[in-house]
Amino acid sequence: MRKFYTLLSREVRSYFYSPIAYIVLVFFLLVSGVDFYFQISFMNQRPVPYSVQEAFFNSVFFWFAFVLIFPLITMRLFAEEFKLGTIEPLMTAPVRDWQVVLSKFFGALVFYIILWVPTAFYFAIFQYTTGRPAAGSIGAYWGSYLMLLLVGMFYLSVGCFASVLTKNQIIAAIISFCAITLLFFLGLVQFILLDVSSATRDLLGYFSALEHMGTFSRGVIDTRPIVLYLSMTVVMLTLTHQAFQSRKWRL
Amino acid sequence: MIKVENLTKRYAGQAAIRDLNFEVGKGEVMGFLGPNGAGKTTTMRILAGFMPATSGRASIAGFDIFEQSLQARTRLGYMPENVPLYSDMRVTEYLEYRAALKGVPHRRIAERVGDVKELCGVKDVERKIIGALSKGYRQRVGLADALLHEPDLLILDEPTIGLDPNQIRQVRELIKNLGRQHTILLSTHILPEVEMTCSRVIIIHKGRIEACDTPENLLGKLRQAGGVVLEAKVGKDNGAEELKKISAVRDVTTDVDGEWNVFSLRVESGADVREEVFRLATARHWTVRELTQRRATLEDVFVEITHADEV
Repeated sequence: MRKFYTLLSREVRSYFYSPIAYIVLVFFLLVSGVDFYFQISFMNQRPVPYSVQEAFFNSVFFWFAFVLIFPLITMRLFAEEFKLGTIEPLMTAPVRDWQVVLSKFFGALVFYIILWVPTAFYFAIFQYTTGRPAAGSIGAYWGSYLMLLLVGMFYLSVGCFASVLTKNQIIAAIISFCAITLLFFLGLVQFILLDVSSATRDLLGYFSALEHMGTFSRGVIDTRPIVLYLSMTVVMLTLTHQAFQSRKWRL
Repeated sequence: MIKVENLTKRYAGQAAIRDLNFEVGKGEVMGFLGPNGAGKTTTMRILAGFMPATSGRASIAGFDIFEQSLQARTRLGYMPENVPLYSDMRVTEYLEYRAALKGVPHRRIAERVGDVKELCGVKDVERKIIGALSKGYRQRVGLADALLHEPDLLILDEPTIGLDPNQIRQVRELIKNLGRQHTILLSTHILPEVEMTCSRVIIIHKGRIEACDTPENLLGKLRQAGGVVLEAKVGKDNGAEELKKISAVRDVTTDVDGEWNVFSLRVESGADVREEVFRLATARHWTVRELTQRRATLEDVFVEITHADEV
C-alpha cells in the first residue's frame, strides 16, 4: 500500500511538472466560466423551469469541454513512460503491475477532481451575490458531482486503456477521443433517430450520459447508472492491466 | 548470486540469445562483453525482470526471476542502458521517490539518499532538475538510484557509455569500490576497463557464450599471446633470420623506419625472450633503441573470438 501511495503521489505531482496541466486547467476554467455566465444571462431575460445549477451541468458548452479534457488528461499516462524508456526503471523496481495501473488511474482521477473544484465556487459566489440558492436542493449538488465522478471514472479508464496501447501520446489521445465521443453520442442516437423502435431507443438511453446527468442534476439518485459506470470502469481497468502485462511478451 | 540455465529469448522467431548458462558467485565482478546486438542488453533486461525469457530459467539470490519476480527485484539494483530518468523531477526528489518505491524504510530514506548522493558525486547538483543535467551526471544519478536500497546484486548496462575520460575513470573507481561489497554484472565496450575491474568475463557473440573465464586465463588461451618488439640498427645482418634462431620465437615481421628496423616477434605463450634478444644484439653489435614486451590485451581476445568467422 505504501508503494501504491508513492506511485500515486508521483503521478499527481507529475501533472503539475508539465505545462499541459496548467493549459487544461485554464482552458477548463475559461469554458466553464463562460458557460456559467451565459446561462445566467440567458435566465435573466426570461423565466425558465430549471435552476442555475441544472442549466450549468446540462449545457452544450459544458459537454463540449467535458469530452475534450479526457484525452488531454490521460494521453501521457503510459505512452510517455514507454517513449522515454522510464518504464524500464519503473518495472524493474519491486512494484506490481496492478499497482502501476491503479496509481496512474487514480492519479488522473485526482487531477480530474482538482479540475472541478473551482466550479463549486461559482455556485457559492452566485449564492453570496444574489442571496438565492443556485440549486433546487443540496441533493442536486451531490447528484451532479456524483455523476461527474462516475462518468469521469469511466472515461478516464478508457483513456488509460488507449494510452497503454501505444508509445505515441498523439495516437493515444486520438484513440481515447474517438472512443469517448462515440460512447457519448451513443446516448444521443435516441434523439436523432426518432423512428428507431422504442426498445432500441430505451436500450441506448441506458448509456446516455446526458440523460443520466439530467436525472442526477435534479438530485434524483438512480442506482442503475452507478452500477453501469462503476462496472465499466472495472472492465476498462482490467483490460488496461491485461494490455500492460502483455507488453512484456510483445517486447 | 546469479544462476542462469538454458536461457533463450526469441523476438519474432529470431533468437536474440540462445541457451545461455552461467553463474555469478557472491562478491564477483563479472564483465559482460560482446559486439553490439550480441544479446547483452536482452540478457540483462531478463535478469532485471523487465521482460520474460522465451525458455530457460534464471534466479537471483535463489529467487526465480519469473516466479518470484518481486523478491528477486528487491535484491537487485539495475541501471538500464542510456539511463532513462524522469526529466522533470529534481535529483533529490527523484532519489527519494525511488527509495520509497524500492521499499527503503521511511526513517532511513533521507540517510540512504544522502549516502548515495555522496558516493556517486551528485551532491552538487542535488537541487537541479534532471532534464538539465549533463550526460555524466545523469549516468551518476542512475547509478545512485541502483544503489539506493543496498542491493546484493548490481546489474549495470554500459555504465560508462557517453562519458568523458575523467568521468570514466571516476565511474571505474566507483565500481571497483562497490565490488568489495556487492556482486556486479556489468556490460561495456571499454576493454581496459574490464581488465581493471572484473574478476571474471563472459564474452557473448550472436546470442551464445563464447568464453567465460578470468581475464588472465582468457589471455593465456589466446593463440597469439603477445610478443616482443625490438627496434634496432642491424647493419648488414639479416635481423629477422638471426632472431628466428631463438627457440621460443615463432615468427618475426620486419618494418623499416629509416635506417632503423622494427622487428615484431611472436613468441610462444608464457615465454619471455627479452634477455636472449638482448644477448643476441650485444653479440652482433646492434644498436638498440627499444626492446619491449607487448602484453596481449583483452581486446585481442575479444577480436579473436568475435571475428573468428569473418577472417
